[in-house]
Amino acid sequence: MVKQNSTIAYVRSEILEQQPAPRGQVGASKWVRENLFSGWFNTILTLVSLYLVFTLLQALVPWAFGGVWTADSLQECRAILNERYGNTHHACWAVINERWNQIVYGTFFPSTEYWRTHVAFVLLILAILPVLFDALPRKMMWITMAYPFVMVWLIWGGSLWGPISVAVGFGIAYFTASVAARYLGSGLTALVSAVAAFVWWMILGPIVVSALNDTMPLLALREIQSRELGGFVISVIIGVSGIALSLPLGIILALGRQSDLPLVKMICVGFIEFLRGVPLITLLFTASLLLNYFLPPDTEFDLTLRVIVMVTLFSSAYMAEVIRGGLAALPKGQYEAADALGLDYWKAQRLIIMPQALKISIPGIVNTFIGLFKDTTLVFFIGIFDMLAAAQAIRANSAWNGITWELYIFIGLIFWVCCFSMSRYSQWLERKLRTDHR
Amino acid sequence: MSLAEDRTIDRSKLTVSDEVAVQIVNMNKWYGEFHVLRDINLTVNRGERIVIAGPSGSGKSTMIRCINRLEEHQKGKIIVDGTELTSDLKNIDKIRSEVGMCFQHFNLFPHLTILENCTLAPMWVRKTPKREAEEIAMHFLEKVKIPEQADKYPGMLSGGQQQRVAIARSLCMKPRIMLFDEPTSALDPEMIKEVLDTMIELAEEGMTMLCVTHEMGFARQVANRVIFMDQGQIVEQNEPEEFFNNPKSDRTKLFLSQILGH
Repeated sequence: MVKQNSTIAYVRSEILEQQPAPRGQVGASKWVRENLFSGWFNTILTLVSLYLVFTLLQALVPWAFGGVWTADSLQECRAILNERYGNTHHACWAVINERWNQIVYGTFFPSTEYWRTHVAFVLLILAILPVLFDALPRKMMWITMAYPFVMVWLIWGGSLWGPISVAVGFGIAYFTASVAARYLGSGLTALVSAVAAFVWWMILGPIVVSALNDTMPLLALREIQSRELGGFVISVIIGVSGIALSLPLGIILALGRQSDLPLVKMICVGFIEFLRGVPLITLLFTASLLLNYFLPPDTEFDLTLRVIVMVTLFSSAYMAEVIRGGLAALPKGQYEAADALGLDYWKAQRLIIMPQALKISIPGIVNTFIGLFKDTTLVFFIGIFDMLAAAQAIRANSAWNGITWELYIFIGLIFWVCCFSMSRYSQWLERKLRTDHR
Repeated sequence: MSLAEDRTIDRSKLTVSDEVAVQIVNMNKWYGEFHVLRDINLTVNRGERIVIAGPSGSGKSTMIRCINRLEEHQKGKIIVDGTELTSDLKNIDKIRSEVGMCFQHFNLFPHLTILENCTLAPMWVRKTPKREAEEIAMHFLEKVKIPEQADKYPGMLSGGQQQRVAIARSLCMKPRIMLFDEPTSALDPEMIKEVLDTMIELAEEGMTMLCVTHEMGFARQVANRVIFMDQGQIVEQNEPEEFFNNPKSDRTKLFLSQILGH
């Protein structure tokens, strides 16, 4: 080392190595000291909290884990508890065991057809996985694309021709678009392909389908009416459809809101502001009661479908605003760089803007998804037999009259597991998509 | 200035052809009521290296941003490579793919790797097959001397490295004209040199360049013309030697004394 004296000049002759931090300044011991016992007040708070948590668990754990799992009625369950503990301060989980089918499938779903919901559920997982994890083979996306049609066939039954015809409509739209794109601009292409698809769906498709059904019905399953659906199944159907449809619709609305075309902008703003300003329950009542007055007398517009449409529209308005926030957070330079490279509007959106805007919006998007999924319980009020309706029915039944906690805790737990998984997935995705400093 | 002594340029290599690359005729632009660009007339021949200087707010960035229509002009004509800039989107996209641009804040795409940043436009605008686009990208990344960073994300690179990637990204489109909008203004002093070196190399290869910059050393050494702008107008233009040693207008003298005075 250079000896330092009173002059200003100083030259370092060696660079110091990194040294370990002092003991107690890193790791768990530091965390505990800083967060739990940093002063006398904090120490008292910590001890009091520990005591409260302990008493709570002391009451809750025996209640939950000492419960009865098999009994046919509340009386029987209480008798067992009395015999075992001498009191009834324990849970009667038996209600879930005994009424499992009613909670999961609803009251009216024919029990011989339960297998269809199981198949649909397994396929659902297979269809969602490639969307969630891009490490999985891309070929699995074919399952995802076919799933909506297979699901409709599995749940509502009938011949497979109906869903195939709907899928063919999409195929026609795609084919028309790819042909028309060679001759027309992007706006006209979209219009022409939409018209072609509608002609198929509304006029040609139904004729072909009924002809095929008469001659050779394909894998016809027993038909199930929408009012027969219920329980967890209906929540998943509405929730997943709403989630899958509201994101793309929200993106379109968000882009439309920023559009330079006054008409597009006005429609999108009007749509968003109207749907955000109306309670969902109002929309659901409209779907279930009023819509019939406006539709031609013979049209059969399935109730579940109407609910899905309403839930989707409602959430897409929120989604649009969430995504608009993401768009606003992007620096202007990103648009300019995309422009300067010669990318057109749609390519810039798809390759540069949306990937970043959606990434920024992940917390808000998942927030909307979670809200949507929990809001599916509102269909209870328009007479759809979801889990809450099942709970109501079970409580009204003489066998289980008087049971409350166990049912609602269980239903709450189901929702919590679903929503918490979404939340964890979104946090994982956010970490995965972080590209700075890793 | 910050230009290092060891990197000298062989001026004999720099040739200017008679072919016109950019022609701006009586161009005017307003931001609302504010008249940002007033009667700009400028002809740039192929192979010219033009440095545009001037105080902030003088409209120099706005002017070069008009050339690839990041800003729209309201009056006058801009002809780039024989194509006039109108509101026709096809023309605009064509010109943009011929004109490369580097920004003060690099504007790399943070969600894509360095390589993907460079291959994106060739693949989606020029329809170059992926493998070929990657070869082109690696070629230009080697040219700006950072091929080893190809798989990293922009956020992991230093400012100077990011700006060199931005230059490589533009070059991947094989542009005939390059616009630089204060490419070194957001960089630490240590990193300015590496970016300027890259730009010098580009000039030596005969690239037509329009460069808004405060690097007067660069202007002196590389430019064949320096343009001084103030209040939305071209106040003076001249060859660099003459411009710096013998400025004509008072406004230019004041500007030069302010930026070279310390």
